Amino acid sequence: MSVDIEFLKSIPYFAGLDVAELESIRRLVFERTAQRDEFIFQEGEPAQALYFVVSGVVKMFKTSAEGKEQILCIIRPGESFNDVAVFDNGPNVASATAMAPVVLYGINKTDVGVIIRDHPQVAANVTRVLAERVRHFASLVEDLSFRTVLSRVAKLLLEYAENGRKAERPRLTQQEMAAMVGTAREIVGRSLRALEEKGAIRIDRHRIVLIDKEALRETVGEMM
Amino acid sequence: MFQMPEIIRELCNGCGLCVLVCSCKGLVLIENMAVIVETVECDYCTLCEAVCPTGAIRCPYEIVIEEC
Repeated sequence: MSVDIEFLKSIPYFAGLDVAELESIRRLVFERTAQRDEFIFQEGEPAQALYFVVSGVVKMFKTSAEGKEQILCIIRPGESFNDVAVFDNGPNVASATAMAPVVLYGINKTDVGVIIRDHPQVAANVTRVLAERVRHFASLVEDLSFRTVLSRVAKLLLEYAENGRKAERPRLTQQEMAAMVGTAREIVGRSLRALEEKGAIRIDRHRIVLIDKEALRETVGEMM
Repeated sequence: MFQMPEIIRELCNGCGLCVLVCSCKGLVLIENMAVIVETVECDYCTLCEAVCPTGAIRCPYEIVIEEC
C-alpha cells in the first residue's frame, strides 16, 4: 500500500505543512480496511490509534445497558476519529463500526505524540479539531440530558398531523424535523424510536402514523 | 408508487457515500451523480440521507393520524 500524500494534505490535522513534513508523517501512517458493520474498535478498550477515513463512512456510537445504540457522529472521508482517547491516554470513548466498506489511515498513539512534538503546526491544528469536537458533543449532551426534545418532537407530530388537509402538508425528513425542534438529526431518530416503543406512533416505512394521540399529548405535557 | 428516497440533483457532489452504505442496491452512481434504483428491498433505513454530506438525499415522511 502507499499512503497518498495529497490525501494527507487535505486532512485538517495536517493543514499548512510542507511536503517534507508530510513525507516524514507519511512514514508513520498505516492503512487499514474494514467491511460493512465490522467493528474498528469498541468502547472501553485501550485506544491504539488515531484514524482518518480515506473512503467509506464510519459511525461512532455508544450502547446503553438495554442495548440501544446512540450515534454520536458520522465520520466521512477526510475526517478523523478516536482523537479524544488518543490524546487523554484513556480508553475508547465510543465504539466505531464501518457503515460501508472503508479504507482508513491510522497513526499509532505513540507516533501521534512524536508528530505533535516534531511539528508544532499540527498541535495548533489539533486544538482546532478538538475544539470543534467539544462543541459538537456539548450540543449533543444538552439534547440527551434534557427530555424536552422528546416532548418537542411529539408536539411537532401532533401539530403537523392536525393542521390542514393531508394533501397540503409537505412531507418532512428527519433533518427537517430536527431543524424545526432545534436539535440534531440523530436525536430525532432516537425520539421517533422512543415514541414508537411507547406505542404512541408507528413508523410505517415512509409514513409516521399517530396511533395514540393521548400518549403523545401526555409526552408533550410532561415537559410543560 | 413505491416510495424511495429522493435526490436533489443540484446538490449531489457525486461522492458516492450513499451508494456505499445502501445495503439493498437502491442507489447507483451514474456520470458522477447518485441515482435511485427502485427496489422493494429498500426498507427506508434513511442511512443514505444520514451520510450525505451535502443534503442531496431526502427521505421524507408523511405524518398522518391513524384512521379508526
